[in-house]
Amino acid sequence: MSLLELQNLTKSFGGLMAVNEVSFDVEEGAIVGLIGPNGAGKTTVFNLITGNHRSDRGEVRFEGKDITNWLTHRIVKLGIARTFQTIRLFQNLSVLENVLAGCHCRTKSGSVTAMLRTPGERKEEKASLARSLEELTFVGLAGQEMQLAKNLSYGSQRLLEIARALASGPRLVILDEPAGGMNEQETAALIGTIRRIQQRGITTLLIEHDMSLVMKACEKIVVLEFGSKIAEGAPEAIKGDPKVIEAYLGTED
Amino acid sequence: MKYRMYLYGVIFAVLAVAPTFLNPYWVDVLNNVGLYAILGLSLNLIVGHAGLFNLGHAAFFAVGAYTAAILNTQFAIPVLWLLPVCALTAGVFAAVIARPIIHLRGDYLCIVTIGVGEILRIALTNDLFGITGGPNGIFGISRPTVFGYVIRRPHEFYYLIGTFLMVTIFLFHRLENSRFGRAVNYLREDETAAEGSGINTSHYKLAVFVLGAAWAGMAGDIFAAKMTIIAPESFNFWESVVMFAIVILGGSGSIPGVLLGAVLFVGLPEAFRDFADARMLIFGAAMVVMMIVRTEGILPQRPRTYALPEARNAGGNP
Repeated sequence: MSLLELQNLTKSFGGLMAVNEVSFDVEEGAIVGLIGPNGAGKTTVFNLITGNHRSDRGEVRFEGKDITNWLTHRIVKLGIARTFQTIRLFQNLSVLENVLAGCHCRTKSGSVTAMLRTPGERKEEKASLARSLEELTFVGLAGQEMQLAKNLSYGSQRLLEIARALASGPRLVILDEPAGGMNEQETAALIGTIRRIQQRGITTLLIEHDMSLVMKACEKIVVLEFGSKIAEGAPEAIKGDPKVIEAYLGTED
Repeated sequence: MKYRMYLYGVIFAVLAVAPTFLNPYWVDVLNNVGLYAILGLSLNLIVGHAGLFNLGHAAFFAVGAYTAAILNTQFAIPVLWLLPVCALTAGVFAAVIARPIIHLRGDYLCIVTIGVGEILRIALTNDLFGITGGPNGIFGISRPTVFGYVIRRPHEFYYLIGTFLMVTIFLFHRLENSRFGRAVNYLREDETAAEGSGINTSHYKLAVFVLGAAWAGMAGDIFAAKMTIIAPESFNFWESVVMFAIVILGGSGSIPGVLLGAVLFVGLPEAFRDFADARMLIFGAAMVVMMIVRTEGILPQRPRTYALPEARNAGGNP
């Protein structure tokens, strides 16, 4: 059984078929890349997995459990965390609080325990704080805890999104263009970070346009075009696949 | 930081002895400021922290006040014992109202809450279930008693309302600096991102709405006891507007901001009674200026502080 299984996933917006009968598996512990030209439906696939969109047909299974059309926060709690293509941080809150948002689904104190400030609540807050600081150190943002998220550089904001996703204790992280807006050095560092996520036993599924990153980091690549899967396989095989070359470069005639 | 604590201390000390040097009229003005501060703080949870535009908060205030009035006059239950009951009825009312509309965004939610407030006011005027007394309202609500001591005069109410306000500030301050407080801020900042981070956004919207309404219900109980007579006109749209303006003008999400807002909106008009005709003009102008130069309110929400390890504070702004 694979960690994540998509079966015949389909979604249309009005007359536009955004995702058409897409099926692929993500094995536990792997780093899988989802690529394709602009408008191929990659982000829509992500939105279907994480419950941001409701699918028209098809199934999403996580650890064998059917999670199709679940509410997003339940999917996060189950162990799938994501980042967004257009950065969606809580811009006016501190870096630390952005990561604390990730801890939310692993903690449980509510309004009454907060007002009473029970020992359990204090302990939980302490643990969340420690966990958040760990994740910030992990992505390399230590020392910037009290900055507002909007004051970070673009690359750092991407890292902060990853830290927030990791703080939710996921088994699978879904990264939507993690290297978008990063320079070469930052991208190189990001590849290291993705590998270290793998070493922690967390599976990664990512969309990326930076082919050097995809080829270096991913063990398996799935290629979409016009909402349909056109290829799937190891990076070397994908590089030589005529259908993929055609999708990206067009045919000669 | 220290300077601010001293300032709060001085203000508290002056207010604690204020009835000794103020005449009953001014003490009563302060009582109104206190009540509106409590209402403002309860609305601040909904509008300031969660970003849900609620322009019908007077409805929950009314539910609390009428609950107290009816149960007190019909069954002679002491008004202060009714505090939790008023919180419950206002909270349940809010839950029933909010459940179907809570997913609405911004201005749509705003319109619906205005409607709810008006519907309730008109229903009360039309003697709902034959127990609300119609346009004349309900009179003869008994005075509150604390350990057998009847609270009757303005300076006695001053300490009752003051105590309730202090408790509110204390509890809401803790609530702000907690997992719950952060969660509602996340959904105000970006609902999709909050949901994507694992926060049950519809649960928190409803929870904060009910909590704010329950608190307004308790304020309604105190109000009913203070006035001894309540009528639908005490809970008209204008009251909701004042509460809303207190939050927005004072500082969304900021306790000191809301307290200042209550002073400016309720206390200041009394100080400038001579210019009563120009009051609306000045308010309007002040509002316009504020929205242009300081959109986040006079005393905006301050970032929360956390006990970070010493070495990690470097690089952060104070």
